[in-house]
Amino acid sequence: MSSLRESSLFQLTVTRFRLFLREPEALFWVFMFPILLAIGLGIAFRNRPPDVLPVAATTPQLTQALSAEKGLKAATMDEASGTHALATGAIELLVIQAPQGVAYKYDDTNPDGRTARMIADRAVQLAAGRHDPVAASNDLIHETGARYIDFVIPGLLGMNLMGSAIWGLGFSIVESRQKKLLKRMVASPMPRWQYLASFLLSRLIMLVIEVVAFLGFARLVFGVPFRGSLVDLAFLCVLTSLSFSALGLLIASRAKTMEAASGLMNLVMLPMWILSGVFFSASRFPNIIQPFVRALPLTAAIDALRGNMLQGVSLPHLISPVSILLAWLVVPFFVALRVFRWR
Amino acid sequence: MSETQIQPVPAAAPEAAEVTLRLAGLRKSFGEVIAVDGLDLQVARGECFGLLGPNGAGKTTTIEICEGLTTPDAGTVTLLGMDWQHHANELRHRIGIQLQETQFPDKLTVEELLQLFRSFFVRGIPADEAIRISQLDEKRKARVGTLSGGQKQRLAMACALVGDPELLFLDEPTTGLDPQARRHLWDLVDDLKRAGRTIILTTHYMDEAERLCDRVAIMDHGRIIALGTPQQLIATVGGDHIVEFAVTGAADHTLDPELLTAVPGVQSHRVDASLHQLSVTDLHTTVPRIFAELESMGFGLSEFRTHSATLEDVFVALTGRNLRDE
Repeated sequence: MSSLRESSLFQLTVTRFRLFLREPEALFWVFMFPILLAIGLGIAFRNRPPDVLPVAATTPQLTQALSAEKGLKAATMDEASGTHALATGAIELLVIQAPQGVAYKYDDTNPDGRTARMIADRAVQLAAGRHDPVAASNDLIHETGARYIDFVIPGLLGMNLMGSAIWGLGFSIVESRQKKLLKRMVASPMPRWQYLASFLLSRLIMLVIEVVAFLGFARLVFGVPFRGSLVDLAFLCVLTSLSFSALGLLIASRAKTMEAASGLMNLVMLPMWILSGVFFSASRFPNIIQPFVRALPLTAAIDALRGNMLQGVSLPHLISPVSILLAWLVVPFFVALRVFRWR
Repeated sequence: MSETQIQPVPAAAPEAAEVTLRLAGLRKSFGEVIAVDGLDLQVARGECFGLLGPNGAGKTTTIEICEGLTTPDAGTVTLLGMDWQHHANELRHRIGIQLQETQFPDKLTVEELLQLFRSFFVRGIPADEAIRISQLDEKRKARVGTLSGGQKQRLAMACALVGDPELLFLDEPTTGLDPQARRHLWDLVDDLKRAGRTIILTTHYMDEAERLCDRVAIMDHGRIIALGTPQQLIATVGGDHIVEFAVTGAADHTLDPELLTAVPGVQSHRVDASLHQLSVTDLHTTVPRIFAELESMGFGLSEFRTHSATLEDVFVALTGRNLRDE
């Protein structure tokens, strides 16, 4: 055995890994769940191409005029078959050649019908020689980074960092305490700080796998942008994970049973799932609770991650969320060390 | 581990040998409950010492105070010439501990768990050696969750041995095991005794204490009520054998114990739930006399049996209760 393999910190950390990797459920929640959630949300909120509306006209001239519009797909029909097509929903609008001009036949309670009416009218007027007094051009935005999936990926990342840190530390420590393994270990000459350090070390190594897998997926499948520095992003992920680890340690510091710990974890995490802006902006909550919402570690983490990934904000400009995260790292950690129940 | 250093075991004279463990005036209460109530004890080097008593007698609290897991309210603990206030870390390296309720992680293998525990100790034996001593070779690669109760206890023992301890604490090592697994574990303790380790174990099985221990302290309500070799303690009952019987007939007058203890060879009498117990010497001559006496008093026998006196009888004689009742 090499001296590294004989070191207790190494053995404790390796043990943490072994126990984690041999727990299929934990692997699912940490690695697969956020990816599945991203796929689901990506499908639900995908950006659709602009619809092409089917219309019909009673003369070939009118049909030709309508076909000039990209938003319309025009056919020629006589009035009777056109009316039938309207009734069955095969077309949205029928343009009828009248002696004095044209008549539009459509259902004005149907938004697609109203849209078709406006586009068709413009096509007909342009074909008849209308000149618009004001020149207008279109500047279309289909840019990545403004889509819902771009907004939600940093939110899911923050939520995942919170869950894996709090569950990872909380359950393992309380389980060891409940099964009297913790008592057996402190009866041995194991340095106590190494026991806690092994959790942080294994968490940090796991974090790399977790974050790379999730963000790599988001990049490859959804083309989510990384506008900020990747070094800053790595720092933010580490800081977030350590802050939530400290919180997990605090939750686990006294609890004697898994049930008690589980209740505490939900109590701590539930407000953040709701308030911290994972799925929609946290600024939608009333002003009166904003100071509370802003002070939550998950809000700070997600703000910082969105700032980095979506807006390319550099670390010095994220000082406020970073300070909140640092406070959440330092205070719970030292409180946890003071009150920790070793048996 | 130096299995060649076999120490001659001093039977009952720890004062003469080097004292490995000394407890003086030990007290501990949890709220209203007094768990340990003024305990003095010395254990000599190389001795296998048993704390015997019913559940709740204070055995586990006593052993956990010795292990440094519980701080006593009063009294002093000296192990290997050191104490927990000043030499906690050194002591943890030199003692081996097996606790009553430890559940090791199901998903680690035997070998992985022992390597983990081995890494905590500066000195010690290789994990492989601990596996061999505990006779877990076939289970080296098996996960803890797949082990039987007896194998788990031997694994706990192996974890206590990886630091090559001079002093070994075993808290109820065979509780909950089937008879075969118990005997297997006893053989293991025998090997450890032969290797010269000092062993302190708790048990509520008197046969276990008789089988394994050089000396025994019987505990009840946080105190030691008897201390000595199993043979010495059994001798205090006053006879080598116990005669138990129940009587029928002559219901109008009760059996007079004085008449029974007057029979030559009968040392003492007690009655528990209409079962009479006599401690007796010279069974072959005394039993016919008891039969004759009962017949002359007009009693018939509905039950009659004898057994060699055990530590159980010592406990019964001292407390009036059975160990198993609690």
